[in-house]
Amino acid sequence: MENPILITENLKAYYGNHLVLKDINLEIPRLNITAIMGPSGCGKTTLLRCFNRLHELSPGGRIEGQIWLGDTDILSLDPIMVRRRIGMVFQRPNPFPTMSIYDNVIAGYKLNGMKLSRVEADEIVERALRGAALWDEVKDILHRRGTFLSGGQQQRLCIARALAMNPEVILLDEPTSALDPKATAHIEELLISLKSRVTIIIVTHNIGQAGRIADYTAFLYLGELVEFGPTERLFTAPKDRRTEEYLSGKFG
Amino acid sequence: MRTGSYSRRIVISRIMECVIFFFAFISLLPLTLILFYLAKKGMAAIDWQFLTHLPRPVGEEGGGVVNAIVGSAILIFCATLMAVPLGVGAGLYLSEAKEGKLSYWTRVAVDILQGSPSIVMGVVVYLWVVKPMQSFSALSGSIALAIMMLPMVIYSTEETLKAIPCTLKEAALALGVPYYRTILKVVIPAGMSGITTGVLIGVARIAGETAPLLFTAFGSPFLDINPLKPVAALPLVVFNYATSPYPQWWEQAWGASLVLTFLVLCLHLTAKIGTRRWKIQF
Repeated sequence: MENPILITENLKAYYGNHLVLKDINLEIPRLNITAIMGPSGCGKTTLLRCFNRLHELSPGGRIEGQIWLGDTDILSLDPIMVRRRIGMVFQRPNPFPTMSIYDNVIAGYKLNGMKLSRVEADEIVERALRGAALWDEVKDILHRRGTFLSGGQQQRLCIARALAMNPEVILLDEPTSALDPKATAHIEELLISLKSRVTIIIVTHNIGQAGRIADYTAFLYLGELVEFGPTERLFTAPKDRRTEEYLSGKFG
Repeated sequence: MRTGSYSRRIVISRIMECVIFFFAFISLLPLTLILFYLAKKGMAAIDWQFLTHLPRPVGEEGGGVVNAIVGSAILIFCATLMAVPLGVGAGLYLSEAKEGKLSYWTRVAVDILQGSPSIVMGVVVYLWVVKPMQSFSALSGSIALAIMMLPMVIYSTEETLKAIPCTLKEAALALGVPYYRTILKVVIPAGMSGITTGVLIGVARIAGETAPLLFTAFGSPFLDINPLKPVAALPLVVFNYATSPYPQWWEQAWGASLVLTFLVLCLHLTAKIGTRRWKIQF
């Protein structure tokens, strides 16, 4: 593959002594949407959380192998530096409840103690909120609490919060599973519009969602990377029997 | 037969309803009666002079308990100053390291501390602080009260922080925020209302403590804000006056009791309203 942004080599992840990811070798293409799908408990979220090293914070969480971001192994970096380059959006919207919408967007700067001038901050907030297609809805209520927004708006606020840090990659962990179909459609459109700016990796157990938005899809089963390829190819001509069975709804 | 047993059930259900209503009502009675009686007895003693003047010798008319009010304020303030950082820190540790050995033993220790008789605290602090310093003092009284308050602050902090969704912490960590800043700027602010409520309840609890002060703050008829000197406190005044042989002092003891109860009541109400008002939506 040409110029991948993230490459995993023999990536293993453990919870205590329990091996949850078995030798994952994966190349994530730059400026594309890659979906990681698979049945519950197959390790998709764990894989995602390896990329920003959040997995190590789970009790007993341990990673082995290599994850290359450009030409550095992120497992040799300080997790803090990794997380400033790779943003994340969670399953349930989690804006900071004590902060306004405005402060939520620049939370990455504020919480890290980086000083921003008023003008810089205004600019970052507007750009991130426009990027997350939320600006028009909240531009007049920027100083209200973020938790007053609807679920879909809160999730877009969380996307804006991640975008504000100008990350190279954004990880999304089933970002629409807590949302209604309309809000889901909105987020999916948004992700497609964002892929020219930032590489997107999305975990989903919704096959339809992977089919709608992902350029590439990885299918994970019982901690194993069963198949990876362009979504269209994977969906129309799966090479592995397990992929085919999952896609046709035989299990999942 | 079936309809018969059915109506019997309804009757039993009714009777049980009445019984529990009766018990609920009974449990309200003591507080109402205490407040009523206190107000009746105490109001007579309370006037402007009572709240702003120093005590006078037996036999002289008038005099007040301003020394005890100020003394209680000093004791509570210093105790809070000591118990809050320690308690919030320990509570934070317990909520973060849920399953460590140290957490386990800390919980055991805090449980025992909470159950220890308050007079024992007084004696221990007497040995630790009063004897080496060779003087009763506000400082030693505050230490005894701080130890009394500690378990409450620890538990309310732990419970509050445990209830904060883990995803909130992860949201900050995922932005590249270091752990200590995540705790200070995200977790603690989100738990602020719960912690504050816990502190208020803790203050209310120690405001009325007498036993830990008997050998520490000791009491004093003067208005002195030096923390190394003995100070008066409202519960001490109540104790000393009520056990004295002078009817004039008995009346003042009622007055001091009313002031103290009113203070504690206010703290509890603030905490109650606070939990609702300052609630943070996640």
